[in-house]
This record gives sequence, C-alpha cells and structure tokens, in this order.
Amino acid sequence: MSLDRADVEKIAHLARLALSESETERYALDLSNILGLVEAMGAVDTAGVTPMAHPLHMAQRLRADEPTEPDQRALFQSIAPLTEEGLYLVPRVIE
Amino acid sequence: MAYHIEPKPLHELTIAELAQRLRGGKLTSVELTHHYLERIKRLDPQLNAFVTVAADAALAAATHADARLARGEGGPLTGIPIAHKDIFCTRGLRTSCGSRMLDNFIAPYDATAVERLAAAGAVVLGKTNMDEFAMGSSNETSFYGPVKNPWDLDRVPGGSSGGSAAAVAARLCAAATGTDTGGSIRQPAALCGITGIKPTYGRVSRWGMIAFASSLDQAGPMTRSAEDAALLLQAMAGFDPRDSTSAEEAVPDYGAQLGTDLAGLRIGLPREYFGAGLDAGVAASIQGAIREYERLGARIIDISLPNSPLSVPVYYVVAPAECSSNLARFDGVRYGHRCEAPRDLEDLYKCSRAEGFGSEVKRRIMIGTYALSAGYYDAYYLKAQQIRHLISDDFRRAFEQVDVIMGPTSPTTAFPLGAKMDDPVAMYLNDIYTIATNLAGLPGISIPVAPVDGMPVGLQIIGDYFQEGRLLNIAHRLQQATDWHLAAPPEV
Repeated sequence: MSLDRADVEKIAHLARLALSESETERYALDLSNILGLVEAMGAVDTAGVTPMAHPLHMAQRLRADEPTEPDQRALFQSIAPLTEEGLYLVPRVIE
Repeated sequence: MAYHIEPKPLHELTIAELAQRLRGGKLTSVELTHHYLERIKRLDPQLNAFVTVAADAALAAATHADARLARGEGGPLTGIPIAHKDIFCTRGLRTSCGSRMLDNFIAPYDATAVERLAAAGAVVLGKTNMDEFAMGSSNETSFYGPVKNPWDLDRVPGGSSGGSAAAVAARLCAAATGTDTGGSIRQPAALCGITGIKPTYGRVSRWGMIAFASSLDQAGPMTRSAEDAALLLQAMAGFDPRDSTSAEEAVPDYGAQLGTDLAGLRIGLPREYFGAGLDAGVAASIQGAIREYERLGARIIDISLPNSPLSVPVYYVVAPAECSSNLARFDGVRYGHRCEAPRDLEDLYKCSRAEGFGSEVKRRIMIGTYALSAGYYDAYYLKAQQIRHLISDDFRRAFEQVDVIMGPTSPTTAFPLGAKMDDPVAMYLNDIYTIATNLAGLPGISIPVAPVDGMPVGLQIIGDYFQEGRLLNIAHRLQQATDWHLAAPPEV
C-alpha cells in the first residue's frame, strides 16, 4: 500500500494536523514504508479468530452513577491557554 | 590484624542498604538527597537524563521523611530519593511528556503511582527525559534533546524511558519509574545495564499516566537490582478504582518470594528469539546467562512462538490507532500548547497540534488515523486485533509447558545516536523481542548479563499473568550468583 500526497493531506486533515509541503512529501514516504511493514498481516488466515480487545479478556467494570469528583473548574482553568468568566475561549464559530 | 574497608559511596548502596542506615539513624534522607542532587548537578549536563530537577521540594520531602523515621515510622522506601519519568502527572511540578505540547503543563493532580510512592515516603528528585509521548526506542524524539548512554556518550540509552534508565545507571537516583507500551522499560534497562520490570497489564494503575496506547501501557520500576525493583513494585502495584482497567488482584509479598529456590524451574527458549537479526555477541551473552540458570537447577526447553514475527506489524497498527485517539485531546483549548493568532477554530486545532507535536508523534497519529478511517478499519485494526489473539495464544500454549520464557531483550547493544532516526521502520524493529508481551498483557523483566565490547546486554524473562514475584525471584537468584548487575558506568 503506497500513499500519495493527496492521501496524506486527507489523513492530516482527519487528524487535525497542519503540514507543510515538504512534510507532506516526507510523510507520504514514511507512512508508505510503515504500511509496507504492516502488510505482513495480510498473509495470515484469521477467519473465525475473535479480535482481542483486552489482554486479560476482562469486561468493563461498572460503578454506581454517582458524582465522585468535586468541582475543580478554577484549578483546571488555571492551566488553560485562554479563558474568560469560567469559559474556554476559541475563535468565533458562529457569525 | 585490622583491615581498613573503604566504605561504599552512598550512591552505590542498594535501597535495602540505604533503608537500614536511614532507620538506624546512621544516615538522614536530607544528607542522601543532597548527595544525589550534587551528582545530578555535576553529571547530568553530560547525560540530559533529567527534564526537571525539583531540589527544594525534594529537600522538603526528605526533611519530612527524616521526621517520620525519627518517630520510628515509615517503610523501606521512606527517605529514598527517586525520579519519575515525565509521563506521570505530578501536582505542582511540570509534566511535559517530552513534548513541546506540554512544555507549560503543570498537572492539577498526582498519578496514582506517584501518590503511592509518596505515601511510602520516597523523595522525588525530579522528572526524567523520555521520547515524546513515549513514542521511540532511543530517547531521541524528546523536545528536550536526546539522552546520552552513560556507558558511551555517543550512543543512545534506549527508549522511551531513556532518562530514567540513564539516571539509574549513572547513579543519579536510587531508582526511577518508567512506562512500557512496547518495550519502553525493558529495552532502555537492557541498553543501560539496569533492572526494569513491566508488570502484567492492569497491575499498576494507569491513572495520571499520560496515555499513549491504553490497551498496552503499563508502569513499572527501573532499579539497580531485582531486590530494589521488588521494593518499588510493592508500593506501586494494586487495584485502583480510578483506572477502569486496573486489576482486582491481590498483591503478594514480592520480597518474601525473592529467595525461592530455582531447582526444577522450566525455562522456555523460543527459537524465534534466537534467529536472524540477533547480534552474535548478544546471543553468546544470553546463552552464558542461561547456563548460569542451569547451574542453579533450571531445565531448558525449546519452544516456539510461531506468530511472534507478526508482533511488530500488529503493534504498529494497534499502538498508533490508540494513540491517534488518545492524543486527540490535545486541542490547544483546555491545556497545553496553543498557536498564535489562529484564523478560525479548525486552524487553532491544526496549528496548535502541528507546532506542539514532533515528527514521530505526527507519524504515529497519522498511521493510526488512517488505520481507523472508513474503509480501512477491517483490513488494519480488526485484522491486527485478531492476530493479537493468535500471538497471545502462542504464549498460553507455551506456559502449559514452561514456567518462564527467556531470551534477549534487544537484538543489539546500544546503537550510535542518530543511527536510526531517518528510518522509522529500522527503529521499530528494535522492539522485536519486547512487543509481544505488551500485546498479550504479560509481565516481563530485563536484567543485565555479560556485556559485549563494554556495552550492557539485557536478558529478558517473560512470565505468565501476575507472576511478577516469580520473575523478581528468578532475577534475584541470578544477581546473587553473579555480579553483572553491579557493574557501573565510568563517571562521566
């Protein structure tokens, strides 16, 4: 499987990563090489094999639906890049 | 006739020896902490093992530990100076994960492993360097620059816990924490000549440990001996309701198991771990260690893990897929790096992430994004999870025949800085012997054996689920019979 520049641009958009021209070029090569490594999987017959989602085959542990965390908004927002009156600020989304 | 015996310098003493002196009032934690801080100040500029040194906080913790010890309180870790890999959240102390993205991040809480070691009285000297977001096998992807191997400053220490490995090997701390997603505790332990154990998946809480690949990540201690590792793991391990994958399994007394005799131990040697690609010197060194185990009463059995060659391809689907999902949280909005003057919200995400992440992290995010994208999921992610099951079944069958599996931790000794940075695939193949245990969730330990051309070699011992005590016991018995683990690198 070989990826071209357009593929890389699409993947970078899905991953929300801005890439320069030269980076796109290099990643097309790198990602193609990695996919070449991964291709060995294709030769394995996995018909009927259950995918392994958890090393110990454990089911998700559930807990009672009760609040366990105190309100720490001020502490958490103290490390945010930009806040105002308890809200996170981002560029305008709706005109 | 009286002999004058030169006392061992403080930094050569094991944790058990230090604990005895601290409890006997022959040494204070403040003295010991000053000793290590002085070594860091003098030696770390050449190694770059630390990202942050917390001298004032360490001395305050040492003073507190001394007060506890004076009251006859505390345990074997009380007053012992350690370092945390910079992937563990530490309240009030920067947690960078080796990334520009988190260069300004002060965690609002402590990781469970950090909290437990603090409760045991350990003193935190600082945070150690690492590959960015733990993605790397050479510690060269760190935003803070590469770590140097204390045995040869022109070589890598291994990764991703390279700072912790170099710091322990160079005696800049008594022990350190690490994390292991595909070999990141064991491989740097091997390349720096120390002991490092990756416990069973779920044995140590992942709470507060910055996530890379959540179905593989596990924390463990990096130390100068198996006995010291037992002391640290005892404090770190155990159920934690805050980690939804934490194992509800009682923690045995690891120290009590260390002395168990090895007569009749069945050691499996997988032929796949001794084939092409393994350096001849490393192979000879591993065989030498296995002969020692035969002398200690073990029996050697040839085994096969037929699907193990597939572990690298499977890993480079599963780990990037999980990382692309985990690292989606870094958006420039809530914490971490934010770009200047974004045009709009999408530009804010894209530019903050482009500036905050280094090239290896971007590579893995993109591979993972691709593997999970519409139309490719079955061919990559689902297929990888199926083969993961086959790899895990290989181990299950092997453990019906043998008690533990042994082999090399890494195919070569430490390679030169820069040697593999332009070839990601060559770098990935470094972890060929360590990745399968993460995929299966099994515990593994690396311990130093005979060096090759002056560079350390690690023997890997893999056990069945929750057999950490057995692994530590087997490692300890070798360390009692040989002195490979006592070798120290030259003072840089």
